[in-house]
Amino acid sequence: MSAFPLASFAGAIEFIFSPQTSNVTGGNEVGGFDKSMELVLKHLEVTVLALAIALIVALPLGLYLGHKGRGELFAVGFGNAGRAIPELAVIALVAVLIGVGLKTVAPALAVLGIAPILVNTFVGVRQVDPAAVEAARGMGMSELGIVRKVELPLAIPTVMGGVRSAAIVILATATIAPLAGVETLGDFILNRNVYGENGLLAGAILVAVLALAIEGLLALLQRRLTSDGLKVKTA
Amino acid sequence: MASPALLAAAGEVGGDFFKERTSGTLPCQADGSHLFCFDWAKENIDRYGEPAQQHLEIVVLSVVIGFAIAFALALFAHRSRWAQPPLLAATGVLYTIPSIAFFFLLLPVTGFGRDTAVIVLAAYTLQIIYRNTILGLANVPASVKDAARGMGLTERQILLRVELPLAIPEIIAGLRVAVVSTIAIATLVVFINAGGLGTQMYGSGNLTFPTSIIIAAAIVMAMALAFDLVLLTVQRLTTPWRRVGSA
Repeated sequence: MSAFPLASFAGAIEFIFSPQTSNVTGGNEVGGFDKSMELVLKHLEVTVLALAIALIVALPLGLYLGHKGRGELFAVGFGNAGRAIPELAVIALVAVLIGVGLKTVAPALAVLGIAPILVNTFVGVRQVDPAAVEAARGMGMSELGIVRKVELPLAIPTVMGGVRSAAIVILATATIAPLAGVETLGDFILNRNVYGENGLLAGAILVAVLALAIEGLLALLQRRLTSDGLKVKTA
Repeated sequence: MASPALLAAAGEVGGDFFKERTSGTLPCQADGSHLFCFDWAKENIDRYGEPAQQHLEIVVLSVVIGFAIAFALALFAHRSRWAQPPLLAATGVLYTIPSIAFFFLLLPVTGFGRDTAVIVLAAYTLQIIYRNTILGLANVPASVKDAARGMGLTERQILLRVELPLAIPEIIAGLRVAVVSTIAIATLVVFINAGGLGTQMYGSGNLTFPTSIIIAAAIVMAMALAFDLVLLTVQRLTTPWRRVGSA
């Protein structure tokens, strides 16, 4: 590692954009823009896939439990326990016991995302003013209609809070996915004997930028999805 | 089934995980063909003492530092409202950067080891504790503060005797989330050679022995549960009026 931090960062930025001769693997060209983009796309692919699985599982379940007002202990307990799951153990166990590759890693990452989405959806729906639900029922809306047109729209800010937490924990954990055979940006970080110090720092920079970009994107999405009525209330 | 690369590495891990066994045959394969090996666990449980202690030290140090900073920031922002949005954004950025990336971003500055681990984990707790403290202080009813002011309490006394005690439930709720997630994330400090229970999952650069991964994960989760219960108890003891009210 360079004695001067700025020099290390300059080297890492250079690594992202143009291939460098590895000082570790004797003369091989490593890094560069194409490789970086390849890993960024793979990282995104795993993240989006896992987030989609987590949403498919947790969103309907959270809406159902919240609507019925049942299973608070389960939803909240699951949310709390979910935070205590060590990510490293999940990836390691899946790799060793079930197998490597996208097909096993994406569901494993989804497990980490289910807890925050489930608990936030449940809490969000429970927080909806009972008067609004009663009014909808009085107007003759079906139970499914109430969930879709009243409870979900009113719970959107809380639900999206859960989705954002899930996205970040999945994206963060996808960094160690190379341990389970999926070449994400973590490859730059974990394969120090191929990419060297510049690659390590380049990987860290790209993961951080990607996380902030996704978080920003989801914040925008949340704004688009939140009904105007809710925005006026919070303003 | 594990990949050929992982299987090839199994011998090496076996060497690491089994080297202390002097006689007899190996109780299990180190390649994932056994989910959990009780014989090995019984013989080797003491190898988790030191990593668990390191883990605990890193977590406690990080949360104490994180709490001190976040609490001070929240008190400041409570008085100076203009500081709230920028502080929320700044702590939000620190919270969003994945810790493993954060470790390596700091590497050129603070190097391998515990300092880097503690800085990153402390930074990670800031947002949760800061946000909850602000929320707790904001939730104190204006009428209560008015009553205190009417009784002749100074602003400082109102903060110490009225606002902070009433904000304890939210503050401790934030602390609980911070502690539990820090305990889980601290397994990743193995990547910057800072020890902890992650060393018993990632072994010597390979992860092929399910028994050890499971034991280490169980210790991590038990630790999280224990801290959660302790903090819950503290919250109950420090807010006796809540129990009376809800009874």
